[in-house]
Amino acid sequence: MSTRTLVSSTQLKKGRAVYWTLLALVVSVFTLVFIGPLYWMVTGALKTAQEVAQTPPTLFPQDPRLSNYVDAWMQLDLAKLLFNTFYYAAGAVVFQLVFDTAAAYALSKLRPALGNVILGAMLATLMIPAMVLIVPQYQTVINLPVLNISLLDSPFAIWLPMVANAFNIFLLKRFFDSIPEELMQAAFIDGASPLRTLWSIILPMSRPILGVVAIFAVTAVWKDFLWPLLVMPHPDTRTVSVGIYSFAAGTPQNIVIAASVIAALPTVIIFLIFQRNIMSGLTTGSLKG
Amino acid sequence: MAVITAPAPVKAEAGVSSKTNRKLRDNLTGHAFLIGAVVCFGVFMWFPMIRGIVMSFQRTRRGVTSWVGWDNYLRIVEDPSFWVAWKNTFYFTGLALVVGFAVPFFVAILLNEFRHAKGYLRVLVYLPVMLPPASALYLFKYYAYDPSEAGLFNAVLKFLHLPTSEWMQSPTMTMPAMVLASTWMNMGGAVLIYLAALQGIPGDLYEAAELDGAGLWKRIWHVTIPQTRLILALLAMMQIVATMQLFIEPLILANGAGTQDSATSVAYLIYQHGFFQNDLNGAAALGVIMLLVLAAFSAVYLRLSTRDDS
Repeated sequence: MSTRTLVSSTQLKKGRAVYWTLLALVVSVFTLVFIGPLYWMVTGALKTAQEVAQTPPTLFPQDPRLSNYVDAWMQLDLAKLLFNTFYYAAGAVVFQLVFDTAAAYALSKLRPALGNVILGAMLATLMIPAMVLIVPQYQTVINLPVLNISLLDSPFAIWLPMVANAFNIFLLKRFFDSIPEELMQAAFIDGASPLRTLWSIILPMSRPILGVVAIFAVTAVWKDFLWPLLVMPHPDTRTVSVGIYSFAAGTPQNIVIAASVIAALPTVIIFLIFQRNIMSGLTTGSLKG
Repeated sequence: MAVITAPAPVKAEAGVSSKTNRKLRDNLTGHAFLIGAVVCFGVFMWFPMIRGIVMSFQRTRRGVTSWVGWDNYLRIVEDPSFWVAWKNTFYFTGLALVVGFAVPFFVAILLNEFRHAKGYLRVLVYLPVMLPPASALYLFKYYAYDPSEAGLFNAVLKFLHLPTSEWMQSPTMTMPAMVLASTWMNMGGAVLIYLAALQGIPGDLYEAAELDGAGLWKRIWHVTIPQTRLILALLAMMQIVATMQLFIEPLILANGAGTQDSATSVAYLIYQHGFFQNDLNGAAALGVIMLLVLAAFSAVYLRLSTRDDS
C-alpha cells in the first residue's frame, strides 16, 4: 500500500508539519462542507418557525422539540410513503436479480446465437439520455403493447423498467466472465443443467456483485423522482420523494425539512453500512469498461 | 466388410443431426435465460425509442391519431420558452463543467496524497450522492438559499462581511446556485472514479519526473493528467449528457421556471408540454431534438478526442 504518489514519502517526512496542517485543514473543511448542511437540516427541523426566521441564525436549537418530525410523520403519512418506497425497492431488487442475473449468465456462459447482438443493443441504451425516452415510456406504460392494459399506479411500472438496466447486466456479465470455464465444463460433465449450474456454482461465487446490484437497485428506486411522479399519480401509491414534493407547497418549511430528513435516513444508513461494497462496485463498474 | 461399413454413414448422420439438435437446444436454453431481460428492454427501451420518433410526427386529438409532418417541431420551436430553455441548459452545463469537473479532480488528487483519514474523507464526499435529490434540494431551497439574513449562506456571507445574495430570487444568481447544489449532490461519484484512476498510475513515472527536476505542478501536468486522460474525457462526456437533462433542480429550487424564466430547462419544457399542456407529441418532438443535439455533440467530441490520439 506504500505505492508512490504525486508527493514522495521522503518529501512527506521532510514536510511533516505541512502535511499535518493540510490534513487537518482538509478534514475540517470537508466535514463542514459535507456534514454541515446535514447538521443544519437535522437541527433546523428541531427549531420552531420563529427560531428559523431569526437573524443571525442559531447554531444550536434553543429549545429543541421533535414536534416538526411528529407533524411531518402524521401530516404526510410518512409511514405509508416509506412503506411504498420500500416495497418498490424490494421488488426492484428481486426483479433485477432474477432477470438481469439470468441474462448476464446466458450472455457470459451459455452464449446463444445472436447473444452479442443482444448485448450490443442493450449497451446501446446507455447512450440514450433518460429524458428523451420519458414521454414514449410513459405512453407505453399507460397502454402496454399487446396486452392493452395500463400500469399506472401499479408497482410493475417501476419494477419492469428497472430490469432494462444495461449497466447491471454489464457489471454481472463481467463478473461471470471471470469465473473459469473449467468449472462450467465440470458441472456439465457431471450432468448439471444450466439452471442448476447457475444456482449452485455461479451464484454462490457471485455474492459480492449480487450485493452491489441489490444496493444499487434500492438506492436507485429511493432516489428516483420524475418516473414515480409520472407513473404513480394516486396519493396512495406515491414514493416518499414524490410525496414530499406534492405536499411541499402547502406545508410549513420546517415540516418539509423534517420529512426530508426522515426520507433520507434509509439511504444514508444503507450507505454507512455498505459503504465499502458501494464504493468498490462503483469504481470497478466504471473503470475497466 | 460391407456389413461393417454399412451402418457407418447412418451413424454419422445421426451424429450430425443430434449435434444440430443439441446446438438448437443449447441456443433455446440460452435464449430462455435471456427472455425476461430482453422483453423488458424491448418494451421499455427499444420500442419507446422508435415510438418517440414516430410520435413526434403524429398528433393525437380526441383519441384520433394522424400524421402531421413537422407540425410538432414547428410548434415546439415557436414556444416562447424554447430558446430560453436551451440557453439556460447550455449555461448550466457549461458552468457545471467548469465547477463540477475541475473540483472533483483536484479533490481526488488531494485525497490520494493523504496517508490518514482517507476512508473518512471518501465517505464524506460520497454521502450527498446517497441522499434523495428531493430531500437535499429542499435543504438548499429553504435553509441555504433563504434570501433573508436568516439563511445559512447569507449568514456566512454576512459573518465574512461579504454582500448577501437573493439566491433563487435573483435571475443572475439562479444558475450559479443550481450548479452549486447540483455539484454538492453529485461530485462524490466522480471523485471516487478519479481516485481509482489515480491509484493506477505507476509510481516510477512520478519518480522519473522528480529526478528530471519536475515540481509539483509539472508532475500533475505531465504525469497525472496524461495518465488519467481517458477517464477524464469519459467522465466529462458523461457529465455533459447528465447535466443537459437538468430537471429536478429547477423543479424544486425554482418552482420550475424560476424568476423571469431564469431556470427553465429543456427537460422541464418536455415535462411541461407532455404533462401539463396536454401535448405529448410536442414533448416527444423536443425529446428527439434533445437526442440529436446530444448525438451531434458526442460525435464532435469523439472526433476531437480520437484525433488527439494520433
